[in-house]
Amino acid sequence: MALIKKRKRVEGEIPTASMADIAFLLLIFFLVTTTIDVDTGIGMVLPPKLEEDVTPPPIKERNVLKILVDQQGMVLLEDKPSAISLIRAEVVKHVLNEGRDPAYSEATDKALVSIKTARETPYDAYVQVLDEVWMAYFEMWDSEARRLGYASYTDIVAAQGSDNAVRRKIKAAISIAEPDDA
Amino acid sequence: MSSHFKKKAKTKEEIPTASMPDIVFMLLIFFMVTTVLRETTVQVRTNLPFAEALTKIDQKRLVTYIYIGPLKLENNQIGETGVQIDDALIEDLSNVRTIMYRKLIEQPKLIVSIKSDQASEMGILMDVQQELREAGTLRVNYSTKRDVQ
Repeated sequence: MALIKKRKRVEGEIPTASMADIAFLLLIFFLVTTTIDVDTGIGMVLPPKLEEDVTPPPIKERNVLKILVDQQGMVLLEDKPSAISLIRAEVVKHVLNEGRDPAYSEATDKALVSIKTARETPYDAYVQVLDEVWMAYFEMWDSEARRLGYASYTDIVAAQGSDNAVRRKIKAAISIAEPDDA
Repeated sequence: MSSHFKKKAKTKEEIPTASMPDIVFMLLIFFMVTTVLRETTVQVRTNLPFAEALTKIDQKRLVTYIYIGPLKLENNQIGETGVQIDDALIEDLSNVRTIMYRKLIEQPKLIVSIKSDQASEMGILMDVQQELREAGTLRVNYSTKRDVQ
């Protein structure tokens, strides 16, 4: 009751007609300065710095899918010239091989994709290759999620968080190769 | 219903503007909350590459940007490739390590968003990444635009 009384009194005394104008001015300021677009990008986690006396654990050649992007932005897949559009299928084949084809990985949890670039490689080419590899993983996660009875991978993320059954089975093992010392 | 409205109009004889500030304030608060003010002027050209496999960074507070690209000169000319963090161009890349290390202490969940020009060479990015590894800031995000096909 006391509140209503007070309001009535204020309405009587201070002119509030300009209030809207003031608020509009502020509104226009924030409208102009707002950037609504969300930052998007390809997330990666860099490998931690190697200790001087520790050598990285040996990895079987067979489990690594080597992708080399050269100076002209051309792709060498396991030392064979390839097109960027072929990478996705190759990565899927490599990761889900489970030891069937001796040219590909032994097991899904051992499979690794290594991307190597030259110093002169254009950034654009590198991102395209990285994108294809990630898309391959996204596709595998999607089909794995469907196998587990979810509609898509985003559904299982919503249900179980980022550490879910799909991610535990198929880890995104993408390695950015150490630059050559030479 | 219509009679109800008529009645109101007769008594007041004009459109009530009392709620106008409230409506505007609501809009204002919405935009204030969603606004991120542009803090830096970018001194290098960053034409971002396109990609499909995108992740969103929802928490902008965790992000530090590193810009890599050719320097913007006067008369729309572009110069050599430069690296910029916050407002400053980095002359000596080994400074990246100390800058990022300090930022990591302030914000342990730091994400480094690399905004690199399409035409930049990988060499400089590799050098920056080596510095990031030295600093211990391992979460990076290659900033890309959505591929519209």
